[in-house]
Amino acid sequence: MLNVSKIREDFPILKRLINGKPLVYLDNAATTQKPQAVIDALVDYYSNHNANIHRGIHTLAEEATAMYEKARERVAKFIGAKGAQEIIFVRNATEAINLVAYSWGRAFLKKGDEIILSESEHHSNLIPWQLVAKEKGVNLRFIPINAEGYLDLKEYKRLLSTKTKLVSIVHISNVLGTINPVAKIGKMAHEVGALFLIDGAQSVPRMPIKVEDLECDFLAVSAHKMLGPTGIGFLYGKKHLLEEMPPFMGGGDMIREVYLDHSLWNGLPYKFEAGTPNIADTIGLGAAVDYLEKLGMENIFKHEKMLTEYALSRLSELSYPSTPLGAGLRIYGPKTTENKTGVISFSIKGIHPHDVAQILDKEGIAIRSGFHCAMPLHQKLKIPATCRASFYIYNTKDEIDKLMEGILKAKKIFKI
Amino acid sequence: MDDIYRENILDHYKNPRNFGKLKNPTASFSLYNSACGDKIEIQLKMKNEKLKIIEDIRFSGEGCAISMASASMLTEKVMRKNIHEIKKLNTQDILDMLGITLTPTRLKCALLPLEVLQKAINS
Repeated sequence: MLNVSKIREDFPILKRLINGKPLVYLDNAATTQKPQAVIDALVDYYSNHNANIHRGIHTLAEEATAMYEKARERVAKFIGAKGAQEIIFVRNATEAINLVAYSWGRAFLKKGDEIILSESEHHSNLIPWQLVAKEKGVNLRFIPINAEGYLDLKEYKRLLSTKTKLVSIVHISNVLGTINPVAKIGKMAHEVGALFLIDGAQSVPRMPIKVEDLECDFLAVSAHKMLGPTGIGFLYGKKHLLEEMPPFMGGGDMIREVYLDHSLWNGLPYKFEAGTPNIADTIGLGAAVDYLEKLGMENIFKHEKMLTEYALSRLSELSYPSTPLGAGLRIYGPKTTENKTGVISFSIKGIHPHDVAQILDKEGIAIRSGFHCAMPLHQKLKIPATCRASFYIYNTKDEIDKLMEGILKAKKIFKI
Repeated sequence: MDDIYRENILDHYKNPRNFGKLKNPTASFSLYNSACGDKIEIQLKMKNEKLKIIEDIRFSGEGCAISMASASMLTEKVMRKNIHEIKKLNTQDILDMLGITLTPTRLKCALLPLEVLQKAINS
């Protein structure tokens, strides 16, 4: 298990008071806080090694290049990629998905082809495909979700055909916390010859991931949701697929030979990294991966399951009329942690989520309220907006008790 | 922030005035709050071709206490006003009407009804 009190000492922001109360940070699905090791990595890079990479001969350029490429190797190892060439640094998971949509999609999709997504996708795994579908005359198909938030795999099987060229699915829903059976979904996609992309924005931070076990061709990840800096993320892609794909953006570093009328592309992964990249934050991501590996992803997964289970049981005290605290709280998605972790969305009858969040903020508790960038999912569940509490390595049961107290306070203010 | 959930705000939230739909509106408009996806619709009945006085007004939709109270109070405020007066209403007028201070994100909630109303008038 994790030594949470020791972990908490590594996060300077957790010492902050919000409205005079200790910060209870439960908005980790939006972004996580940063340990001192990551902050130090950024400061160290700018203080001691700052230079542009891949070109300079001088000492600083060599050091910066080595640090940047070392981060790539760490990330590759972390997700079980075959080599560092399979890791393309981008701004975030959104850009990673856009890279596949614009590069692979534009080059290989034809009119009448189909892409399968699900109803529970974050907008980042929907809008890029809407754009490319419109441009190429491709049809989007959606795996429906049931009331519990599970994907309907029977319907998925029915949707699959030789027209299916890509299946792109979120691994852990950022709204419901549902862990989707991606290995199975990927296997079924491969059986009809389609490629499989996993949106790993929520799963890579909170569970052990080995790309080979998940039958995945592409994996999209944001660093800032896994202790790393904002503005950096990565796309994993199988080497032979990345090699076939044309560049996403043109510019420096992504070329081998340049003439006025044409150019030859650089090899992997540089073909996809035009211009000076986000060197400092990539090195910060490397430090975040180190920190997570030291804790152990299996331990992190267990810790969050424990917290999610505890939060589900505490919140359900407000879900049934028979309990002393009364009814009015509704939890969305799975009610057990069998296929759920890290994220719980709920609503309280008679109090809008924005108002719940505002009253909790007064108590120093940070949660998210709204659509969580998944408007179609909320439309399907027929709810205007939800409250979302999401956990990470530094959260405690005590903080979940504070969340409960805050919710009771909101009910009191609204007299319900 | 202590003052946000004052009695009158909660009263307008729980018992919104002029809530519902008009049978034959002369103008209507609806908008989503991009921060939360809440939707507010305002319908108007205007009389007097020249002055365009609001004879009746209704709002509908779902939203937080701030946006609902703002819409409810706004409908009371503009009843029987002419559109020139309504066009002049600004952020400060809404804050004065609500009598509270708001963070920038919540200000969007408070201002959405005015935006919908002014767009309804121009529609």
